[in-house]
Amino acid sequence: MIPRTRHVLEFPGGYTRTTGPVIGRFLTELRDRRLVGVRTATGRTLVPPLEYDPDTGDAVTGEFVEVGPAGTVESWSWAGSPRAGHPLDRPFAWALIRLDGADTSLLHAVDAGDVRAMRPGLRVRPRWRAERTGRVTDIECFVPEVTAMTASVRVEYTVTPGLALAHFLSGIARGVFLGSRCGSCGKVYVPYRLSCPECGVAVTEEVELPGTGTVTTFAINNLPDPRAPEVPFVSAYVLLDGADIPMIVLIGEIPAHEVREGMRVRAVWAPESGRGPSMDSVRWFAPTGEPDEEV
Amino acid sequence: MREVAVVAFAQTRHSAVDEGSSEPEMILGPLEEVRRATGLRRFGFTCSGSCDYLAGAPFSFVSALDALGAWPPISESHVEMDAAWALYEAWARLQHGDVDSALVYGFGKSSQGDLREIMTLQLDPYYLAPLGLDQVSLAALQASAVAADRAELDEIVRRSRAAGRANPHALDLPDPEGEEFEVAPLRPYDIAPITDGAAAVVLAAGDLARELCERPAWIKGVAHRIEPHYPGMRDLARSASAAAAARAAGAGKGQPDVAELHAQFSHEEVVLRRALDIPGATSVNPSGGPLAANPVMATGLIRIGEAARHVMEGRAGRAVAHAAGGPCLQHNLVAVLEGGR
Repeated sequence: MIPRTRHVLEFPGGYTRTTGPVIGRFLTELRDRRLVGVRTATGRTLVPPLEYDPDTGDAVTGEFVEVGPAGTVESWSWAGSPRAGHPLDRPFAWALIRLDGADTSLLHAVDAGDVRAMRPGLRVRPRWRAERTGRVTDIECFVPEVTAMTASVRVEYTVTPGLALAHFLSGIARGVFLGSRCGSCGKVYVPYRLSCPECGVAVTEEVELPGTGTVTTFAINNLPDPRAPEVPFVSAYVLLDGADIPMIVLIGEIPAHEVREGMRVRAVWAPESGRGPSMDSVRWFAPTGEPDEEV
Repeated sequence: MREVAVVAFAQTRHSAVDEGSSEPEMILGPLEEVRRATGLRRFGFTCSGSCDYLAGAPFSFVSALDALGAWPPISESHVEMDAAWALYEAWARLQHGDVDSALVYGFGKSSQGDLREIMTLQLDPYYLAPLGLDQVSLAALQASAVAADRAELDEIVRRSRAAGRANPHALDLPDPEGEEFEVAPLRPYDIAPITDGAAAVVLAAGDLARELCERPAWIKGVAHRIEPHYPGMRDLARSASAAAAARAAGAGKGQPDVAELHAQFSHEEVVLRRALDIPGATSVNPSGGPLAANPVMATGLIRIGEAARHVMEGRAGRAVAHAAGGPCLQHNLVAVLEGGR
């Protein structure tokens, strides 16, 4: 058994370093919430400023220029599990950021919330600490520029169904399906309507239709709907006997996978006491048990 | 230039865990092995590479001299860098002409601390270290800039680990798998394993080299180049300094049979292959490379040792070795080794 012991290497109170005039200027400006670069003799702007031009080795000029504060992400990596020493305690990106006006890139953290928000070309701005002391961490991190916002919309209305639908619903309240026959083409529409959409003429003849019909097509729905008894439920087009246009209804009292085109169905009404001028009065359509129709 | 060759190379059986040896104890085995191989007990010059921060103790390399028996006093030097740079210093020392042999060694125990955060201490203290940038986060930034194909990276790791399993000195690591990220885009297996280990090389000049070794691995060229420290001042997608070191070392003058690259992350191999212009036919990291064993501060020297071993054992006529230091391949050394009397 090898004995093991904990060993800590630490400079109590930290290790004091002088900054020199170039780095010191950058950190001083940072404390005042400004980002500056330094000009090289060849006219490039180094951010963060260095004392010597990395390309030529020449001393930089004494000219400082303000850059940013916005910049563009050039490349990035994603720290999905931040470590104790990292600048943020939630997942974030490390990024090389080309600040506007700079010719080199600043390495810093980007608080993007989600890795999917990161991409080269992303525009970011610094999030400053309230208390600044002249350290590169005076910028807590960078955050993406605002490119989208969420607006909430809510208005309330009092609506009426229109004259034709109101008439149809008054029939429903009595337990009958009201349709109308076009005087020009002879087609029977249900629900009841005031004009023929094919001929464009006013319809005057009212027809009372039976509560039986044939499924012409259907869909099995797997998303819950307040009007449906359970999930999955089947919504179907049912051509009521005597009508030329199918009506969309719920199908009930049969497993979803047994519903088929051509199936004969009849309306199942809510108890008379629960009926009113609303489609809630028709609970659903259920199979009649008759042989299927050709559709 | 004076002819200088690698005439002996030895390394520990590297370990993923702290096996209890101190650093001087770790270096004893390889030292004894190269002494036995060359028959030399004294060397004209001795140079080591190590990092005090790995052990967390100042001047820890001084105690490593206990492994040498440095009495009567020896001519000795040390670099706080990978021992590949100690080899460079020894090579330069042999150019003076007054001594003919040099012992070079490097050692490191990464298991004692958190290497990712120890490496933060090598960063510029004004702009980078205060951010708490760890080694893997920085490497991930370079991987992102390189944007290498995931299948290519996976194949690099698979090949390296398979080669490592066949190398008794390297770790036994399984084929890479898993979809999770360490720091995206790096996956845990893209990162060299934490490793303890040491290595030693003997250099000899001219006739002494021919006397000590049947097939010396002649250093036909060796050079190192560095680029700006701050990652935002560089194009991380390529390594200009590795390419410049390769040119200066004459790496392009012939096709190497073997290349040993100091790639501590899978994407670094992609960058280095391009920078060194490694032909497709060249066998890259047949030892498994750093992805199979990464005894920090010896890893670069081991690249030179492994490349030399191929030449000394007659399995390569020409080999290229590469070592790196600093964040994101900031500093690169390239050595070209050839056989022949």
